[in-house]
Amino acid sequence: MTTEAPAAPGAHDAQRRFDGMIAADERIEPRDWMPDGYRRTLIRQIAQHAHSEIIGMQPEGNWITRAPSLKRKAVLIAKVQDEAGHGLYLYSAAETLGVSREELLDLLHEGRQRYSSIFNYPTLTWADVGAIGWLVDGAAITNQVPLCRCSYGPYARAMVRICKEESFHQRQGFDSLYVLARGTGAQRRMAQDAVDRWYWPSLMMFGPPDAESAHSEQSMAWNIKRFTNDELRQRFVDIIVPQAEALGLTLPDPDIAWNAERGHYDFGTPDWDEFKQVLKGGGPCNRQRLEHRRRAHADGAWVREAARAHAAKRAARDTAGEAA
Amino acid sequence: MSGNENGAPQAEVDTATAAYVLRLGDDALIASQRLAELAARGPQLEEDVALANIALDLLGQARVLLDYAGRLEEQLTGVLRTEDDLAFLRDERQFCNARLVELPNTDFAHTVARQLLFSGYALELYTALQGSADETVAGVAGKAVKEVAYHRDHAARWAVRLGDGTEESSERMAAALEACWPYTGELFTPDEVTRTVAAAGVGADPAGLRPGWDAFIDGVLAEAGLHRPETAQITGPAGLGGRQGVHTEHLGYLLAEMQHIHRSHPGATW
Ligand SMILES: [Fe+2]
Ligand SMILES: [Fe+2]
Repeated sequence: MTTEAPAAPGAHDAQRRFDGMIAADERIEPRDWMPDGYRRTLIRQIAQHAHSEIIGMQPEGNWITRAPSLKRKAVLIAKVQDEAGHGLYLYSAAETLGVSREELLDLLHEGRQRYSSIFNYPTLTWADVGAIGWLVDGAAITNQVPLCRCSYGPYARAMVRICKEESFHQRQGFDSLYVLARGTGAQRRMAQDAVDRWYWPSLMMFGPPDAESAHSEQSMAWNIKRFTNDELRQRFVDIIVPQAEALGLTLPDPDIAWNAERGHYDFGTPDWDEFKQVLKGGGPCNRQRLEHRRRAHADGAWVREAARAHAAKRAARDTAGEAA
Repeated sequence: MSGNENGAPQAEVDTATAAYVLRLGDDALIASQRLAELAARGPQLEEDVALANIALDLLGQARVLLDYAGRLEEQLTGVLRTEDDLAFLRDERQFCNARLVELPNTDFAHTVARQLLFSGYALELYTALQGSADETVAGVAGKAVKEVAYHRDHAARWAVRLGDGTEESSERMAAALEACWPYTGELFTPDEVTRTVAAAGVGADPAGLRPGWDAFIDGVLAEAGLHRPETAQITGPAGLGGRQGVHTEHLGYLLAEMQHIHRSHPGATW
């Protein structure tokens, strides 16, 4: 430590220092000055990400009690547990920006903050668990690996931990689909049906096309986002096309073709009207997911209150004990 | 535990050991399945993590125990049933878990009460079984004892928070204990199977686990400001209970949900 703290910089100096750190691709830490817009953007993004982790527990948790083998049941419980852990890391990262988990949960429950729209689709068969692992966790990784270099330190560090676990989920999902695709006729049909239903929504996870993306440009300038939605979507398609071949399953997209000139796979256009509809609350499970969350929270209110009351009584007893 | 002092014929000991290990496996499996129902339903995120953690430990114990029960049975019958065969292809009357673990998650207090009473028993049990003459049983116990110590601690902390929390939480905790209490007796009831395995040094005499459990439960109840329920034990018809495959009505629904996909695809691998 040096001897004396520097004099508080003026607003102008602070902005210049922040800009310099961003230009040098350095990490911004909670104690650093940051522009309000940067803070707001991060809170919105990290909160949305945290909400996605905990809402995402529902469609998969839906299959824990019915998993068809004990091994798959164990893998699925561990995965859903990981997602709860991801939620915890991310709410903690958001708390470094001056907003509490309780406030963020209230905003989620009031429908004032979003979570990833992918979780507004239903998990209808066991194969959906595999398809989610392969496609949804796969898309999440493609989105999140660049976030490990995000300019905000606590978020970047949370993403490093999370990405490691997400890649487990992706491999386990692939493995589960691989077994189904080589199983009985019914299992194979179940696997193909799940891929048919999850392929397009997984492409939508990267957000609208660049031309229509509301927040992209400023986030790129702040080193929060490193690649555009369309770049990430392309990267994802390039990864999953050969994987689908290895699985022996078909992606429901007749436009998929190798484009030697671009060095990438061409692919079709998702139904952006459907995307907007789900985003606005009109997806198959929007209401159900939010109601489930609200109910769990409301059902737990007396438990949280008891824990607080007990802690207070205990503290009072300790103080009385010391005074005596 | 001492060796096979009373010299029961080996075939009798083997049969009893297979039945005993299956009971342990069923207890762990059904307890895990009940907890796993709560995924994404916990009162706070930390509990979602903790309950999943406990469910996962119990499932891990169940898998090793059921696998071993299947192999022991194979030595007697020549027919192997895998962990999945045993979990998914038996009906209610063939499950021999204690009824306590199949009781529903009526509210969080019921989950805590069930876990408190069961993990208190499991810790006494696995502590004893570390000295089992059967190497596999001793190995399972050595690992399980650390896990169930955590489960017991987790449940005890919540029992105290709820008992000594608000008026509502205290009432709920007391009601939950009353509801679970009548099913604790069978955890400690000896029968032909436990007598044989205990004599052979393979298993523990359930009655011998009771004093440690009583002392622990009384300690938690005192700290929580709760009373030991006076509700009478509930036995099944003709005094039969979970160990004899005579269960509460709850188990059938639990199994229907757990087994349906596996059974819809006979012979499939997953
Ligand atoms: Fe996650
Ligand atoms: Fe994941």
